[in-house]
Amino acid sequence: MIKLFKVKEKQKELAESANGKSSIKKQSAGELRLHRDISELNMPKSCSISFPNGKDDLMNFEVTIRPDEGYYLGGTFMFTFQVSPIYPHEAPKVKCKTKVYHPNIDLEGNVCLNILREDWKPVLNINTIIYGLFHLFTEPNSEDPLNHDAAAVLRDNPKLFESNVRRAMTGGYVGQTLFPRCI
Amino acid sequence: MADTEAQPSRSRDLDKLLLRPGNLVGANFDPGEELRDDLAKYAKVLVVGAGGLGCELLKDLALSGFQNLEVIDMDRIEVTNLNRQFLFRFEDVGKPKAEVAAKRVMERVSGVNIKPHYGRIEDKEIDFYSDFSIIALGLDSIEARSYINAVACSFLEYDSDDKAREETIKPMVDGGTEGFKGHARVILPGVTPCFECTIWLFPPQVKFPLCTLAETPRTAAHCIEYAHLIKWDEVHSGKAFDPDDPEHMKWVYNEAVKRAELFGIPGVTYSLTQGVVKNIIPAIASTNAIISAACTLETLKLASGCSKTLSNYLTYNGAEGLHTKVTEFVRDKDCLVCGPGVLIELETSITLQKFIGLLEEHPKLLLSKASVTHQRNNLYMQAPPVLEEMTRSNLSLPLFDLMGKTTKTTLHVTGTTSKNDKKTSALRKLRVVFKGVDGVTDMDTAGGA
Repeated sequence: MIKLFKVKEKQKELAESANGKSSIKKQSAGELRLHRDISELNMPKSCSISFPNGKDDLMNFEVTIRPDEGYYLGGTFMFTFQVSPIYPHEAPKVKCKTKVYHPNIDLEGNVCLNILREDWKPVLNINTIIYGLFHLFTEPNSEDPLNHDAAAVLRDNPKLFESNVRRAMTGGYVGQTLFPRCI
Repeated sequence: MADTEAQPSRSRDLDKLLLRPGNLVGANFDPGEELRDDLAKYAKVLVVGAGGLGCELLKDLALSGFQNLEVIDMDRIEVTNLNRQFLFRFEDVGKPKAEVAAKRVMERVSGVNIKPHYGRIEDKEIDFYSDFSIIALGLDSIEARSYINAVACSFLEYDSDDKAREETIKPMVDGGTEGFKGHARVILPGVTPCFECTIWLFPPQVKFPLCTLAETPRTAAHCIEYAHLIKWDEVHSGKAFDPDDPEHMKWVYNEAVKRAELFGIPGVTYSLTQGVVKNIIPAIASTNAIISAACTLETLKLASGCSKTLSNYLTYNGAEGLHTKVTEFVRDKDCLVCGPGVLIELETSITLQKFIGLLEEHPKLLLSKASVTHQRNNLYMQAPPVLEEMTRSNLSLPLFDLMGKTTKTTLHVTGTTSKNDKKTSALRKLRVVFKGVDGVTDMDTAGGA
C-alpha cells in the first residue's frame, strides 16, 4: 500500500491549499439503532415522549407515564433517558424525575428494573423499557426494594400502602419525606 | 556498538524483509531500497492511546522503520501506570501521556518524528484522521474503538459495483489486552469486518441489580457500588461523581467500608474500590508487549506488502499455558457503518415526500413508512407524533436542499419491508447520488481507473 500512500502524499503536496473542508457530523451506530427504535415506538396509550433538545437529539429524551390502573392511577411520572453511543450494547440510563413513594424507585430517582441493568440485552429496545416502567406502577413489587420502608408497608399492610401512595401523590408527607403533588 | 557501521546496521534486519523478493509476500510487493525509504518518508501512522499498549506501539513502530508518527491520548500520567507504561518516570506523574511518550521515543530512536496530541479523539476534526496512512489502536474502551471505526469507515467509498475503492480504504490495526489475554486485529474497511460488524464479540458488562446493592449486598463489590451509585446521590444532591477526583474516590471507599462492616462483608480495599468504580482491569506488561508486537508487524506488512496480513483476528491467551488462534471473521454485508448501502440516483428536484414513496417501489428496498435521517439531521420521522409534527414541513422540500446540496452522500432509512407476506422492520444505509449537477457524477464514474 505504500505506493498508494506515496501517491496521496504527493497529491497533497501539490494541492496544498485547495479543497473546501467538509465537516461531516458523525452518527454512531448506536444513534442509528435508536433512530429505528424511536420511529417504531408503540407505547401504552397513557405514555408520552418528548425531546427537550429538539428533533435532532434522540439520545436524550423524557417519557411521561400516567398509570391507568392500580395504586398510582391518576399520577404523572416523568423519566429521563440517556442513551450511550454504543447502544444497544449498553442499556440507556433511566432516572425518575418525579419524587415518588414507590418500593422499586428510591427518593433520588434510581429505578430497580432488571432490564435496565443485570438483564439488559441488545435485542431489547426503548419500547420494552417503557413497558417495563409502566409495569412498575401497575405492579409495584416488594421483593426488589429500593425504598425499603415503602416495600415493607406494601408487603405487610397493603391498605396503608395505598393510602400512603394517595397522600404522596396529592402532595404531602409520608413519614419524614415530603412528596410534591403529581396528580 | 561500533559507530562506523551505524547507518547500514540500523536497518539491517528490516532490509532482509524489504529488499528481497519472496514467495509469501503480499500483493503489489515491490522490494528494494526505495520501498524502505518510502516507508520512512511517506507512511504516516497515528497511534490512538498512549497507555500500556500505546507506549509499546510507539516504540515498536519507531524501531520498525516508521518515521512519521503521531499519538493522541486524553490522559495524564498516574503513579499506578509506571509499572508497565515504561516510557514514563516518576517525575512525569501529572504530565500528558502523549507528550511524554512522544518525547521519550524521539530521544531514543534517531530520525523518528512523533507529534503528540493531548486531548479527546472526538474533539479532532474528521480531516485530522484522513491524513494518516494507517491508524493503530491501543485503547481500552468499546466507545473509543467504535468512534475511530466510524471515522475511518466514513472515508470509505464504493464504486458502482459495490466494490470498495482501494484509495479510500483507511486501514486500522486494533490491539487490546486484559490481564493474560489479548487480541490483535486488522480492519480494512470494505474488505475485512469492521469493529461494528463484530461488536457482538464483546461480552456484556456485569451490572449488579440496584435492589441487591440497596438491600442484600453479598460481596465487597456490592458495597462499593452501593456507595458509588446510591449513597453518593443521596448525600451529594446534584453533584456528579468524578472518578478521577481522589477526594470523591476516598469518600466512596469510606462509605463502602461502613457498609461492609454493617453486613459483615470482608475485602473492601481502596484499590478494589478504584477497580470496581473505574472498571479497571489488571494489566500485564508482557501481554501488552506481545499484542503490540503483533500489531506493529501487521502495520509494517500492510504498509510494505512484505507479507500477507493477518486474516483477520488474533486472540492470545497466556492464562493457562499459552494459546493463540487466528479467526477469519466475515463482514456483515448490511453493516450500517462499513457496508456499501443501496445506491440510488436521484434528480435534484425530488421532494422528501416523493423520495419516501420511491423507497417503497425500489426493488432492493421495498421499504414502506420510511423515516429518514441524514448525518444527525432527522429529516422525517413517522413516529412518535411529536417528532412527526416537528419534521412534517420537510416533506414538501427538495431532498437535495435538505441535505445541504451535497451531490454524493449517505443517509439512513428505517421502515417496514415485506418478504413473503411477512412484515419486518428494517434499517438501511443508502448511497445517494444526485444526477446532472455540474457534471460531477460523470467525473465520478470516470475516476474509477
